[in-house]
Amino acid sequence: MTILSPGRKIEKLDRLAELAAARSDEQGQSLWREAFKRVRRNPAAIAGAVVLLLFVLIAVFGPFFVPYSPTDAVGIRNGEVASGAGRIPGPSAEHWLGYDHQGRDELSRMIVGARQTLLVGVVATLLGLAVGSLLGALAGAAYGLAGRWGRRLDSVLMRLVDMLLAMPSLLLAVSIAALLGPSLITVMIAVGVISIPIFARLLRGSMIAQANSDYVLAATSLGVRRRRIALSHVLPNSLGPVLVQATLTLATAIIEAAALSFLGLGNPNSETPEWGVMLADAQSYLEANAGLAFYPAIGIIITALGFTLLGEAMREALDPKLNR
Amino acid sequence: MFRFIVRRLLQLIPTLFGLSLLLFIWLHRLPGGPETAILGERGTPELRAQIRKSMGLDQPLWVQYGRFMRRLLTGDLGNSINTKRPVTDEFLERFPGTIELTLTALLIAIGVGIPLGYLAARRRGSWLDQAAVGGALLGICIPVFFLAYLLKQYFAVQLGWFPATGRQDVTMAATRVTGFFVLDGLLTREWDAAADALRHLILPGLALASIPLAAIVRMTRASVLEVLGEDYVRTAEAKGLTESVVRRRHVLRNAMLPVATTIGLLTGGLLSGAVLTETVFAFTGIGQFIAEAIDRRDYPVLQGFIMLIAVVYVLVNLAVDISYTLIDPRVRVR
Repeated sequence: MTILSPGRKIEKLDRLAELAAARSDEQGQSLWREAFKRVRRNPAAIAGAVVLLLFVLIAVFGPFFVPYSPTDAVGIRNGEVASGAGRIPGPSAEHWLGYDHQGRDELSRMIVGARQTLLVGVVATLLGLAVGSLLGALAGAAYGLAGRWGRRLDSVLMRLVDMLLAMPSLLLAVSIAALLGPSLITVMIAVGVISIPIFARLLRGSMIAQANSDYVLAATSLGVRRRRIALSHVLPNSLGPVLVQATLTLATAIIEAAALSFLGLGNPNSETPEWGVMLADAQSYLEANAGLAFYPAIGIIITALGFTLLGEAMREALDPKLNR
Repeated sequence: MFRFIVRRLLQLIPTLFGLSLLLFIWLHRLPGGPETAILGERGTPELRAQIRKSMGLDQPLWVQYGRFMRRLLTGDLGNSINTKRPVTDEFLERFPGTIELTLTALLIAIGVGIPLGYLAARRRGSWLDQAAVGGALLGICIPVFFLAYLLKQYFAVQLGWFPATGRQDVTMAATRVTGFFVLDGLLTREWDAAADALRHLILPGLALASIPLAAIVRMTRASVLEVLGEDYVRTAEAKGLTESVVRRRHVLRNAMLPVATTIGLLTGGLLSGAVLTETVFAFTGIGQFIAEAIDRRDYPVLQGFIMLIAVVYVLVNLAVDISYTLIDPRVRVR
């Protein structure tokens, strides 16, 4: 028998712990692969995924193929649009969705707007996910593995999170937006911040639940270091619910962003169209052309539905108990 | 029970203290400060300094905070920059409207949501279940203000079934007692005034109910499904209890606990939604006032509102905790 260096020894022990921990779920297939199979069999998930794929494709590649510039006031130049007089023509052969109130091609604005909307949703969610997971992982690891002081740290962190959670999300977003002034980045930050407490609570709860499981006990008894248990055993196993929540948050982020725009805190610069701002702007021209409100609203609803369907299916797949 | 309530109310104090400190700092970090909010961009430096002095902004920060706290404890939230009236008065005048609206929304959400969720779970996989689940999904994905517009355009403007704006017909000379228009009408026996106020509540109430309704349907359905699989339900059925007894005593009662929690958590969202709904329907509640305050950067109003919300939130969650003991006798409040 060869003598192992201390570093390799720990690695080997770690591997042992992993094997011991994984044996129960790993009869043939891993939990994740099982879950993926279940998602694939769910027609609602497929529908959601297809919608999202389409949305992402439009957002990424659409702006290269738009028929008109989203900032070019074609309609005013050729005299077809006079929003002051309540004349905003709807769909025609040249302009499939008609003009907006400034005589710009609505279809082009919808396509370019898809990119901005996706950007707002993704950046806001990533911000909430990153900060929330950091807080949650810290609190969860401290509570589960670091004794009395850990519990104190956890309770301080969680009081902070609860305070954020207690604020009505829109009001919190509004205070942040008021601080930073209206812009697209403001909306991203505001919407991101309000999702921090959800991610933090979720990851902490999930980590604490995992901390009591047999594989942690096994790893501890094999002498694996606590930090290593927290980072490479407990954390990966706790991420499932957080990823599900991230998918669902993408939906709410897009809706919340629209609400902020409606209250006048969105991007004031209409050069870069965004669905929320377009919907908010359209409210003043409902009499002239109600369609202007419908296109972005339907875009928002369908996208939000896509994310929600996929997220729900992922949740069911990861937690088969719900699916009885 | 009494001690529990007192202790929970005492817990409000540190929360509000922390919040007041945060709000105070927030207010001081604002670009420009209140003098810019009053003067706009055009004020001269002398004018600015004069206003800063008259508002006590030239004194040290801790003195300002002390004064801020003293005023807060006496219920003085300062004056609105926009209307120049005390924020407390404005709130007292408008809050009843918002309470009426949120209660209407909550009643719709609970009254429809719990039976619907229950039926969906009982008839799992039926068309009713699928419609309920699908509808709940849609309810979450529709922006509240857009739904409010749709309802207003269709039922108020096109069909004319309901009034499109306001809390009561302006030509109605109703007597004011409490500020709750429906209640006022009932108290003074002005039935037509009460009915009119109620008609004004329906559309905004429906729009505002969309998200809580969806949440309650989903929660009830999931919770009932969970309970239906429990052994004690099978036992109750096996020992020959009638279906209605099993349903009431065993299934519904046990399934209500998570639903009560959900309802408590919905309050914050309801108040946020009220800001949007009231704006669309020009409903003179606190929400519309706040939307205006946001637009005009009326900080004393926003600050007061956040304090108010914190109190409401704690009180609602206290009520939810107390409701647990009514639903489930095993839960003892300590």
